[in-house]
Amino acid sequence: MEFGDIVLAVAIMLGQSLLMLVALLIFIAYALYADRKVWAAVQLRRGPNVVGPWGLLQSFADLLKFVLKEPVIPAPANKGMFLLAPLLMCTLSLAAWAVIPLNAGWAIADINVGILYIFAISSLGVYGVIMGGWASNSKYPFLGALRSAAQMVSYEVSIGFVIVTVLMCAGTLNLSQIVESQNTSLGILGWYWLPLFPMFVVFFISAMAETNRPPFDLPEAESELVAGYMVEYSSTPYLLFMLGEYVAIMTMCALGTILFLGGWLSPIPFAPFTWVPGVIWFVLKASFLFILIAMVKALVPRYRYDQLMRLGWKVFLPLSLAMVVIVAGVLMATGNAPGMR
Amino acid sequence: MTVTAAFFYLFATITVASGFMVIASRNPVQSVLFLILAFVNAAGLFLLMGAEFLAMILVIVYVGAVAVLFLFVVMMLDVDFAALRQGFLQYLPVGGLIGVIFLLELVLVVGAYAVDPALVRSPGVPIPAPDVMTNTEALGQVLYTRYFYFFQAAGLILLVAMIGAIVLTLRERVGVRRQNITMQNNRTQDTAVEVRKVPFRQGI
Repeated sequence: MEFGDIVLAVAIMLGQSLLMLVALLIFIAYALYADRKVWAAVQLRRGPNVVGPWGLLQSFADLLKFVLKEPVIPAPANKGMFLLAPLLMCTLSLAAWAVIPLNAGWAIADINVGILYIFAISSLGVYGVIMGGWASNSKYPFLGALRSAAQMVSYEVSIGFVIVTVLMCAGTLNLSQIVESQNTSLGILGWYWLPLFPMFVVFFISAMAETNRPPFDLPEAESELVAGYMVEYSSTPYLLFMLGEYVAIMTMCALGTILFLGGWLSPIPFAPFTWVPGVIWFVLKASFLFILIAMVKALVPRYRYDQLMRLGWKVFLPLSLAMVVIVAGVLMATGNAPGMR
Repeated sequence: MTVTAAFFYLFATITVASGFMVIASRNPVQSVLFLILAFVNAAGLFLLMGAEFLAMILVIVYVGAVAVLFLFVVMMLDVDFAALRQGFLQYLPVGGLIGVIFLLELVLVVGAYAVDPALVRSPGVPIPAPDVMTNTEALGQVLYTRYFYFFQAAGLILLVAMIGAIVLTLRERVGVRRQNITMQNNRTQDTAVEVRKVPFRQGI
């Protein structure tokens, strides 16, 4: 390849990544606003309503506030690792969006093993939490880090099996092809949420546990651990932790959209619904999942730690293992396995 | 090609350097973190060779699960570094001897290794070619047909090891109050709450 071609390819990729990053961050800003509004509405409050019309600029005001504050690094902390942890968390959760296809052919990198990449990247998110908790050199952050290590590893197992069942139906590890395999004449009834409904539920709950989202926010349970691994963080490092967490939640929503809700496909497979650009369907579906997660945060009280472990290992693991066997058996018996079609 | 070579040297240098830092750094937590860096860069090397499945599995299994548990244990250790380094020179001859033996074995193995002439002619070209079949499919085809029994046997050995570890560490402790989840879930208002009329100034 000529040198000029390489520079051009790199420039195009940088441009695409930048566009994705800006779009994602603006979307996250309003997802945060929506999260707070839903939470407020459930509790019969108004929620953020002061900054801008209907409080629409609240997230940007928060951003400015965090950036302009003074970062405090505790004296006994391991300084390098203390600052590296939030960076790692934020970078890793943003990196997952490199492979997510927002529309047919719209992924920045349409790689063969896209789903494994997302699974790998999301399993690395735990290091940000552990490093942050350990480097703070303080009691509550350390306890939070220990909790999150056990919790995230436990729920990764069930997410892994959920992914395996979907892969057996789709017969590919490529995210775009997984969406295409749900493209039938049945529309919304042909997506995987209907035949694999138990796995959709397992995925939804495990995604919340994997991203430390209430009711599974044990690593930062404020009534027990003040704020868990984030206790010692302030200003921009805290912002990066917070941002990383919300990006990870959006990643899980996007993954749920791709695996179970047919990605960019229209729910009703004929005109005029197919004229709507696929990216709009994708964003609508991901937002739907996000609103569900926000509702769960507002409605369900926090789990106790032993209950959380029991749910992961004694309920979800046997259930998802059984579903892997059942789905494989049904696919083979009906001749619908990807290799047999 | 030059881009691939540049990335190869980047990943390889970081892998070797972080491998060295694993044994050189004084803090065990930092050792584990350097080990993780080495794993991730090794995954990068796999990617450069076109083995994307192996790369992702390396990150998922070793970095995402094994190293987390490793870090979990190491973080809770209360290690006194001064005491740890005291016996260092005392063990140096034994460690050096083992190192020399490993080096000799490596030299013998690598020196006697004969490369298939067909491979020499086409270095770095995956078999089958990537446009015919992705390497995930190729691995699956081989693993679940030709090496099926070996694959199952490996799984069985891991299962036996896991059960062995559980049996070795399981001890029945007496006097521990355990929760019965079914019983808890079956509680209703009638069985859990009793409404009593308390006479004034008499109590129950």
